[in-house]
Amino acid sequence: MDLSGFFSYWGLYNYWIVVFLMMTGFYMVIARPNLVKKMAGLFVFQTSVFILFISMAKVKGGTAPILVEGVSTYSNPLPHVLILTAIVVGVATTALGLALVVRINEAYGTIDEDEIHSQEEES
Amino acid sequence: MTAHLLILQVIIPLVSAPVCLLLRGDRAAWAFTLTVSWAVLANALLLLNTVLAAGSLSYAIGAWAGPFGIEYRVDTASAFVVLIVASVGAVVLPFAYKSVRHEIPAERIGLFYTCFLLCLTGLLGIVVTGDAFNLFVFLEISSLSSYTLISLGRDRRALTAAFQYLVMGTIGATFILVGVGLMYMMTGTLNMADLAERLSPVADTRTVRAAFAFLTVGVSLKLALFPLHLWLPNAYTYAPSAVSAFLAATATKVAVYVLLRFFFTVFGVEFSFEAMPVGQILSMLAVVAMLVASTVALFQDDIKRMLAYSSVAQVGYIILGISLASVTGLTAGIIHLFNHALMKGALFLAMGCLFLRLGSVHIQDLQGIARRMPWTMAAFLLGGLSLIGVPLTTGFVSKWYLVQAALEDNRWVVAVLILFSSLLAVAYVWRVVEIAYFRPARRVSLRVAEAPAVMLVPTWVLIGANFYFGIDTSLTSALARRAAETFLGIGT
Repeated sequence: MDLSGFFSYWGLYNYWIVVFLMMTGFYMVIARPNLVKKMAGLFVFQTSVFILFISMAKVKGGTAPILVEGVSTYSNPLPHVLILTAIVVGVATTALGLALVVRINEAYGTIDEDEIHSQEEES
Repeated sequence: MTAHLLILQVIIPLVSAPVCLLLRGDRAAWAFTLTVSWAVLANALLLLNTVLAAGSLSYAIGAWAGPFGIEYRVDTASAFVVLIVASVGAVVLPFAYKSVRHEIPAERIGLFYTCFLLCLTGLLGIVVTGDAFNLFVFLEISSLSSYTLISLGRDRRALTAAFQYLVMGTIGATFILVGVGLMYMMTGTLNMADLAERLSPVADTRTVRAAFAFLTVGVSLKLALFPLHLWLPNAYTYAPSAVSAFLAATATKVAVYVLLRFFFTVFGVEFSFEAMPVGQILSMLAVVAMLVASTVALFQDDIKRMLAYSSVAQVGYIILGISLASVTGLTAGIIHLFNHALMKGALFLAMGCLFLRLGSVHIQDLQGIARRMPWTMAAFLLGGLSLIGVPLTTGFVSKWYLVQAALEDNRWVVAVLILFSSLLAVAYVWRVVEIAYFRPARRVSLRVAEAPAVMLVPTWVLIGANFYFGIDTSLTSALARRAAETFLGIGT
């Protein structure tokens, strides 16, 4: 099966994936009342940016950036390193967010945003 | 020694944070944090002194020269913001001892001071770094620690406020990351000075315009520009008193500094204000922020929440000054950065004193409290006068510059609206003053005593600063003007 026609039509399809993932995550953050699902959405949102950085590091015909004889074209390693940092930040954010959800569950007995709101209005 | 001042500014609090975690007992953790914060302040003063003599200062981390290594760079504007953050930290900490012991369970106090140091590290790091990605990392250090600090509030709503802030703050930070990535795509560099050179040839591309838009929206979320301010009122209301005072006086200010850095240094004033319509958009949002947030503040019964909405309005003043993109406008914005830190710091500290004695800052509980706590309420009254912009206070200086900048630009309507929103400030400050001074005291508050001296002194130090810098404006206005001129590329 020849996919080259498909790829040339969609161009740099990585970026479409980035946009799709980003908006999916964003939608989950906005639309889901469940706080754990919100956190999952937030992580998808952040992950899309990781793919954006990794896509821009790709050099056509380039190999992994390790010094080997006979190879002169490498992918750009800098975005990879940046994204390692961003992944750590993302994991820390998710961990902190989920820890807050646990505390919210202890304090309110629910992790549903709407229920928390109605509890607040009653008191 | 002076060669390493720049890195010490960040390293001191960063290394102290894990040490603080190891200390046993809340008193030791507090004393250690206090010492560190004063060392940070001393360092900031030395740094400002060096920068004023040398113009700007650069430091290559690990001796890897920029643009390949991470470069730290400080000019007048950044040294000024470093001084704001460091001095607010140094003033809030003496206050924090009793306030934190009262509001936070004993076993968490050590962790509280560790987070406080990390937050200080992040805020200082954002200001001194000259690398766009490094800025993102420090932004996340300060944000993650401030989410934790806010969630330590006594009310359970502190948890939901912290969660809401975490979600919105992360979206903002991710937007900034996308912006940095798009800039890297076009230029292959992350160093801000290098970016500034390499962006202008490719400025007229969709990628750079998208990067600019992502950065503007991301930073606006962080600095709580209307209508992206929704996280702020809850976060400041339910956070522990010392945290409210510290964050209200520093966090949004540092975000404003980031905005200035990107607009004026990285993208350049021609691109930001002529090729992109950011001036019009920001000035419109700023005016709406001033009016709407001040009006909403009028109807708040929780005084901390009222002050939080007033912060949103004050951010409006700062952004309005910046959006005019003239020397006077920028000077007004930068000077208000400093002045607002003084007045909001003082007012939130006064709230902390009230909360310690009353366990509430609800307006109904404040009836006649001025007779029981005269020093606290006098501090609130004087801080409120500064917020309104009465002559002899710092608030007056800011508004004077701001109105002047608006008139220079022939924006009569804006000047009138600035004055009108000051009138709204009169109304919401007066509401509290009337209840506290002219209503009979409630039975329950008859036994309430004045707040302890360790908490009153820091509050009054900030109140004193409000008047000192309101009367002798030579230092602040000279610094702000010099910073504005550097941003606009005039003069030095």
